[in-house]
Amino acid sequence: MTAILLELAQVLLVAFLAPLFAGLLRALRSILQNRRPAGCWQSYRDLYRLFHKESLQAEGTSWLFRFAPYGIFGAFCLAAGIIPILATGLPLAPAADVIALVGLFALARVFQVLAAMDTGTPFATLGAHREMLIAGLAEPALLATLFTASLLSRSTSLSVIVAHLEQLHFALHPSMVFAAAAFFMVLLAENARIPVDNPATHLELTMIHEAMLLEYSGRHLALMEWGAQIKLVLYVAIGIALFLPWGIVPTAEIAVLPLTLPILLLKFAAAALILALVETLLAKLRLFRAPEFMATAFLLGVIGLLGFFMLGA
Amino acid sequence: MLILLVLACAAMGIPLLALWGDGRRGAALFIGLNTLTLLAILALAIQVLRDGAFTAGGGQFMVDDLSIVLVLVDGVVGLSTAWFSRNYMLHEKAHWLLSRRRVRLYHAMFQTFLATMLLALLTNNMGILWVAMEGATLSTVLLVSLFRTAEGLEAAWKYFILCGVGLAMALFGTILLYFAAQKVLGHGADALLWTHLAAVRRQLQPQVMAIAFIFMLVGYGTKIGLTPLNNWLPDAHASGPSSVSAVLSGLLLNVALYAVLRAKVLVDGALGPDFAGRLLMGFGLLSLLVAAFSMLRQRDVKRLFAYSSIEHMGLATFAFGIGAPLASFAGLLHVISHSLTKSSVFFSVGQAVQSVGSREIQRIRGLLEFSPFLGWALMLAVLFILGMPPSGLFLSEFLIITSTLQAQPWLTPLLLLGLGVAFAGIFPRLQGMVFGPAPEGIARQPVAGIIPVFIQLALVIVLGVFIPWILVQWMQHAALLLHG
Amino acid sequence: MTISAQGLAWGIPLLRLLAALLLLLAFAMLAQRRLLTLIHLLAWQGVVLATGTALVALLTGQTELWFSAALTLGLKAILIPTVLHRLLRRLQVRGDVEAVLNIPLTLLAGIALVIFAFSLAAPITALTGIVTRGMVGIALAAVLLAFLMMITRRKAISQVVGFLAIDNGLFFAATSATLGMPMIVELGVALDALIGFVILGVFFFQIRETFDSMDLQNLEHIREE
Repeated sequence: MTAILLELAQVLLVAFLAPLFAGLLRALRSILQNRRPAGCWQSYRDLYRLFHKESLQAEGTSWLFRFAPYGIFGAFCLAAGIIPILATGLPLAPAADVIALVGLFALARVFQVLAAMDTGTPFATLGAHREMLIAGLAEPALLATLFTASLLSRSTSLSVIVAHLEQLHFALHPSMVFAAAAFFMVLLAENARIPVDNPATHLELTMIHEAMLLEYSGRHLALMEWGAQIKLVLYVAIGIALFLPWGIVPTAEIAVLPLTLPILLLKFAAAALILALVETLLAKLRLFRAPEFMATAFLLGVIGLLGFFMLGA
Repeated sequence: MLILLVLACAAMGIPLLALWGDGRRGAALFIGLNTLTLLAILALAIQVLRDGAFTAGGGQFMVDDLSIVLVLVDGVVGLSTAWFSRNYMLHEKAHWLLSRRRVRLYHAMFQTFLATMLLALLTNNMGILWVAMEGATLSTVLLVSLFRTAEGLEAAWKYFILCGVGLAMALFGTILLYFAAQKVLGHGADALLWTHLAAVRRQLQPQVMAIAFIFMLVGYGTKIGLTPLNNWLPDAHASGPSSVSAVLSGLLLNVALYAVLRAKVLVDGALGPDFAGRLLMGFGLLSLLVAAFSMLRQRDVKRLFAYSSIEHMGLATFAFGIGAPLASFAGLLHVISHSLTKSSVFFSVGQAVQSVGSREIQRIRGLLEFSPFLGWALMLAVLFILGMPPSGLFLSEFLIITSTLQAQPWLTPLLLLGLGVAFAGIFPRLQGMVFGPAPEGIARQPVAGIIPVFIQLALVIVLGVFIPWILVQWMQHAALLLHG
Repeated sequence: MTISAQGLAWGIPLLRLLAALLLLLAFAMLAQRRLLTLIHLLAWQGVVLATGTALVALLTGQTELWFSAALTLGLKAILIPTVLHRLLRRLQVRGDVEAVLNIPLTLLAGIALVIFAFSLAAPITALTGIVTRGMVGIALAAVLLAFLMMITRRKAISQVVGFLAIDNGLFFAATSATLGMPMIVELGVALDALIGFVILGVFFFQIRETFDSMDLQNLEHIREE
């Protein structure tokens, strides 16, 4: 029973803290760029506003257009349930196979791309194409990263991986260093961050992710944006689970949760700071350079794998 | 003790020439130093004759039957090059307006090169052998680019990069050798000493040794000029001064081959003779054929003979690869005769090029008419390099073919094909260069510069007709040493 | 070489991490277009190398390796990059963004090379103890990657950086895979590297003087025949 409650708590926590994370990130970026931040809660206000607006459907679009926001949001909420964020060994943990997880993300992406193409507008289609280009390159890199971790723990179940990694205490694994670098690059690319995409851009020609949302409004747009925020938090959570798993406790030892929760939140805050720093320091790459960026990520992932075979660690 | 004396003689010259190496004084000093070195080498040879192989300097230096033969060649070719270089550089200096500093640099680098060659031959440490080879490369890079022309720079750059990378591979091989050795000999400075390694060579890890040898073969093979890493060699020979071409062909290639042979002895102990032998035969034959066919389309006389060096080194590598004592004996004879003959070829070609003012074969005409001395020198040297009877190369090539017939008969046609093509590549051109009317406007050079050609060719005849028993004994011992 | 159990516990993973970093830097160089960053990466490689040597010195207690580590730090991490940096400025190499082969393709070729290096070193790896496991393969991979970089670059300076990176890989093999070569050999190798570097520096000026550019396309004129 506690396990199911914990599961629910995790999903709700992720869903409702995701806008906060996005807001924090935006605020930190503003501070770093010498601008006045709008405050951490701005994302909630945005979502609230969007939910109270009328949601218009573009002319000539099918049911796919309407359904996509729910599909995407649902997929990410499900993912939030299976990633060990608070604890390992949750009821949904048997489903937490890394390949299934990548598949779940891919499902959300397919919805998004199809819905964008459904509108038939040039910008949305352009965005969809670009999204698939990036995703096609990012996915192998993500898999290579996850496989490095699963080689180390001899399992593809995320829950088992995290439980194993956590027991290692502090040990340096060269392959995991590579995997971490690769994962970070994938994280930037998949979540439409600088240097691959600029989440704050208003210039349609350079957009990737935003271009697909151009036709959305009101409730649908809110769900899309919220989904994207959850996705970012999920990626950060996977990163924390794989590379800094200390503090994620097995379900049986739930009593220590009050102790580990602040550590977890601290890790998220640190991640937000790092992301803000990276986004401030880097410039957006030209789209043609994006494959290069992803190739580097893939390469790092593969070196991680190779390093495992070579060094045995 | 004498080993150190030889090295000291050679090394002492570097600072002396760096300080006073300009003009006639520098040339005289250069000749004097090399005479001194040759004398020390002769004394060393006498000691080796009396006592056999020995080590010095706490085991760090070593001379045995294999190295003493090459050291002797080194001394002779070094001295004759110093002699040749005197007249040659006087002309070049005037022609290229070389500054005094540049001439000092030339002499100092030349002496550095000769000293590192001797160090490579006399060291017992496989690591120091590498250091000496690299030192020789670095000093010759500056010599090749001496004239600072666009062509010279290009050749020197290519030489530096290719040989630098090649030698990096050889260093990796040496590191792997140490890696294998320290399992047997323990950690420390002694684990790279060749004599120690040779004593325990049967215990070295075969897998590691195989990889180490491949790296060393690729690395030092670049310097031997083995195909496919021979690109630098014709350029460097063509663009540098002819005295440098003479020692590049006459000494550097030998010493690189010597390094491979030392490694081969070790790897044979660990893996049996077939592994290294087949590699050497393959690369040798390939180089022989590629170089022979490349010769057909050369128009530059120095490039032509540079390819001929690749061909001959390929042949020698092939001979050492066969592995039979007779073949190794023939290989050694071939290397020695080639050194003496090829440096003579470059001396005479160098003077011919200076007289005509061009390296194009088409423009070198009728040497016999305007300078019979030079014409005869070139003709004899080139005939000898083609393996004409009284020369040592005839004997060695004959022996190599005989042992190929015994060991790998089906390779003989390929070998003969390569030699035949090489002959066809050089011989017709020789006729044009030597006979016929001389063109107008040729600057005659003083004949004193090519006296060494005749001395060296006389030595080659001795090698071909009647090898002194001392040399026979040394080469037999060396062949047995290489045989394992 | 004896290493204490304590050293095994933390020293070896750290050494492996350094090995991995060396490889990572080699890849970063392969992917880098800007000459200035390339030199910085080279300097970082020198730092990693010096740290690795110092670590081996600490673990095995060979005092001479401390000297070697100091030499590496001074030479490879500080002196050579500084000089290269100055050269870059004095030669005023135009447009420091260099035309390179398609980078993703180069990187893929790099992966292939790493796999090749690992498989070549696999029989050696199988023979080695826990300490030096995999080091030979990584060093070889670093050497081959630097080699690839030299092939794909056009400018003289980046070729030299590749050359020095090869040297770094070899040095890593010497110190970490064999736990220290004999001192005299190491000294000789370092001396050769230094002299070679000086000669290359001289070359830069000559090439610049003769061709008025640092582009090696100018050095492709010698033809056969």
